[in-house]
Amino acid sequence: MSKLGDLGAKLYRGEVGYDFVGKRFLWYGVSILITITAIVALAVQGLNMGIEFKGGAVFTTPKTTVSVAHATESAEKASGHDAIVQQLGNGGLRIQISGLDTDDAASVKKQLGTDLKVDAAQINADLVGPSWGEEIANKAWTGLGVFMVLVVIYLAIAFEWRMAVAALIALIHDLTITVGVYALVGFEVTPGTVIGLLTILGYSLYDTVVVFDGLKEGSKDITKQTRYTFSEIANRSINGTLVRSINTTVVALLPVAGLLFIGGGFLGAGMLNDISLSLFVGLAAGAYSSIFIATPLVVDLKEREPAMKALTKRVLAKRASAAAKGEDAEGADGDDTPQVVAQGGQGRRRR
Amino acid sequence: MAAPKKGRRPTGAQGRPGRALAIILIAMVALTAGMFLTKQTTPRLGIDLAGGTSITLKAKSEPGKPDAVNETNMNTAVGIIERRVNGLGVSEAEVQTQGRDHIIVNIPKGTNEQQARDQVGTTAQLYFRPVLAFADGAPAAPEPKPSTSTGASPSPSASGSGAPKPEGSSKPSASATPSSSATSQGRVLSEALKAPGTPTPSPSASESKKADDSKATPSASAPAPAPTPSADPALANLQTKFATLDCTKEDQRAAAGQGVKPEDPMVACGQRGNQWGKWILGPAQVAGTDVKDAKGVIDQQRGQWIVTMQFTDKGADKFAKITGELATKQSPQNQFAIVLDGEVISDPSVSQALTGGNAEISGGFTQQSAQDLGNMLSYGALPLSFQEDSVTTVTAALGGEQLKAGLIAGAIGLALVVIYLLVYYRGLAFIAIVSLLVSAILTYTIMALLGKGIGFALNLPAVCGAIVAIGITADSFIVYFERIRDEIREGRTLRPAVERAWPRARRTILVSDFVSFLAAAVLFVVTVGKVRGFAFTLGLTTLLDVAVVFLFTKPVMTLLARTKFFSSGHPWSGLDPKRLGAKPPLRRSRRGAPVPAPVDAKEA
Repeated sequence: MSKLGDLGAKLYRGEVGYDFVGKRFLWYGVSILITITAIVALAVQGLNMGIEFKGGAVFTTPKTTVSVAHATESAEKASGHDAIVQQLGNGGLRIQISGLDTDDAASVKKQLGTDLKVDAAQINADLVGPSWGEEIANKAWTGLGVFMVLVVIYLAIAFEWRMAVAALIALIHDLTITVGVYALVGFEVTPGTVIGLLTILGYSLYDTVVVFDGLKEGSKDITKQTRYTFSEIANRSINGTLVRSINTTVVALLPVAGLLFIGGGFLGAGMLNDISLSLFVGLAAGAYSSIFIATPLVVDLKEREPAMKALTKRVLAKRASAAAKGEDAEGADGDDTPQVVAQGGQGRRRR
Repeated sequence: MAAPKKGRRPTGAQGRPGRALAIILIAMVALTAGMFLTKQTTPRLGIDLAGGTSITLKAKSEPGKPDAVNETNMNTAVGIIERRVNGLGVSEAEVQTQGRDHIIVNIPKGTNEQQARDQVGTTAQLYFRPVLAFADGAPAAPEPKPSTSTGASPSPSASGSGAPKPEGSSKPSASATPSSSATSQGRVLSEALKAPGTPTPSPSASESKKADDSKATPSASAPAPAPTPSADPALANLQTKFATLDCTKEDQRAAAGQGVKPEDPMVACGQRGNQWGKWILGPAQVAGTDVKDAKGVIDQQRGQWIVTMQFTDKGADKFAKITGELATKQSPQNQFAIVLDGEVISDPSVSQALTGGNAEISGGFTQQSAQDLGNMLSYGALPLSFQEDSVTTVTAALGGEQLKAGLIAGAIGLALVVIYLLVYYRGLAFIAIVSLLVSAILTYTIMALLGKGIGFALNLPAVCGAIVAIGITADSFIVYFERIRDEIREGRTLRPAVERAWPRARRTILVSDFVSFLAAAVLFVVTVGKVRGFAFTLGLTTLLDVAVVFLFTKPVMTLLARTKFFSSGHPWSGLDPKRLGAKPPLRRSRRGAPVPAPVDAKEA
């Protein structure tokens, strides 16, 4: 562990570092590839919408000895619709029947009780019409829109509009990846998934904000020095906050992983599982995008500014003249990864 | 309390860590005490965890309005029912449409189920209808007591003054009354009813006017001067129905108002005081949808309960018109009946035209009855009528299992986080763990108290939210700890490092927590049902995270920085400068570069 601590120290001092910004086009490429894959998967395979969106019934039975195959058969016979049966951790069964409407549900429930040799009164019946899922989805879209507008405004005020735009793109990127994974793997989309997806909104941005905060601090008074260009300072910031980002992501993922494990392993399916799965995928995507996409995007936007262009020119000119002088240039700063801390106005304290 | 940053001093509140700790300690003790005092030691569980009642309502297609059951009307109905149910203090009640014509109302255990069912079930269509006749609800009494409304009624319709009023006859039903006079039964029944009809020598000016507004009424043409007997069989029928109606019998009450179109006159039952009364009512003049708002309030001047009503613009016009007409009449025809689902819930009398869209009903209300009527008026205007299709009680067994699974998941998640923190941060982890514990205590007590306070119910997504929040809370500590370590790497000793790191960490924590909170708030506002529980929990824990970091973690850190274990940078403290790679206070050469690296000398 102290290895990571050492790494943290080295990252902090800039002794080691990965050139996130310099190689940004590689990562943009990776992201575009993933996004295209996600869109293709979505178009070709589509999402596996749960009962809540299609309408139907979910019956949960108490412990039963009847086999899954047998239960499927009897459920389909009783309802006349397709049925999906899952074994639950407690020995019970979860039977999903799509297309079943409320009127028939009672009789199907009774029939299931007889077939599965359990008390029908002990069977939990959850009947859903297609409108419920639709409503959730509609509200989710509304929520997504409202949140994006608000958060862009907030980030534009707290940081600047370029960061707000970059954060927004990173956010859309995360959502696309998450939805793409769902399409690709064929996980069932339920209202729980939608909840998880909406939660990613806040979470994915949490990481991004932490990185941006470092960047904002690092690039303070940037025009008053001629040592580094904006992109170098940005890269330095990412590296400086890398350990923090990794730690926050790991710590955020651990409880979600616990949920996923328990939700998936013990209960088989249900709300817990749905929420945690989409959270897990989204969180991982969020951590990636905050480091590889969001900050490089800010750099791209920022480097277009005349002030930053001028700075780059000055920095390069200075380096050129230093190189011309010959000595002393190699070790210090020059052209490998910038090594100097840009934290907290290093200009003043340098000696 | 972490004071706002003053000037450029990065110090914050380090001077008084004791005070912040005292505040949070007091808060914890107070919340815990409050929890035990109110006996709310566990959070109220949602329907998916504790079981509860699920009501299925089916929209009835009204005769003559085949298209009424549509999406818009269903959504309006859901909104109204939701407001009504949650108006009971039953939070976490879910109202959803299901399929084309069903509405599901889920009511968690522990709330007044019967009351909720009543509110949900009886909510239907609300109309204001003019009163044409009134009688005691008891079966046709042999004694010819005129207009028998017994003393119970607060309105002046009680007396038998019905006899001599001519105008009432202009109402559609009036034209029919002559015919009914033939039936002996009718005579015995109600003087009040008969009275207007019999002597009517055709009403005065009001007549023509009336003819206009009793719009769709087929019998609008009937008030011709000549009271053609039984010209309208439907009205004769109404008369007979009125005579035989026995409002003390439930089945008859239910049957009385069934299937009546708003534009037709009707007979209806209702309670006046404690007794049943029955009415003949004219066509609906104002619909419940015309009522914008209504509530039971106490009239300060008179010291009695009244119900105030506010109408929509359209409703105000209609109401002004009907009251204008009614005011000219005598009892009981100066009254209008408020009919909810075929039953008269109130029949106030009118003494003047009420224009301007505001009105109040007074007389004989208790607080309960005023508020009930206010509720019914404001929320009763369902565009559809519903019948209770099924009421299912959800078993709690499954929910209990899910809760258990959720708690196990939470425990595992917490354990993983603790292990990670311990391995990575060593001594510092204890601060984080205790902070998490404080956060957990606050969350739990607040949730328990909110169960009573605002009807918060812990459902499965809320449990999920709480588990996810472990990560959010731990994130804040990491941000702070990493900052401290960065300061130490710059060669500072622990105490200044703790203080210098704080303002920066504080800003990061506030900004990112604000984003989290924004997400939770948006999620809470735009979503429904279960999702809200999740969003609420996330928002609550985010706020608590800020409180804990400011009032607990930071002050504790300040205090611990004074201990030898931490300040000396013990290897197990997690703050060992050597391990962190701090630079010695003086310049040193790196990478064997003979020249003092000009750039990275950062020692303060």
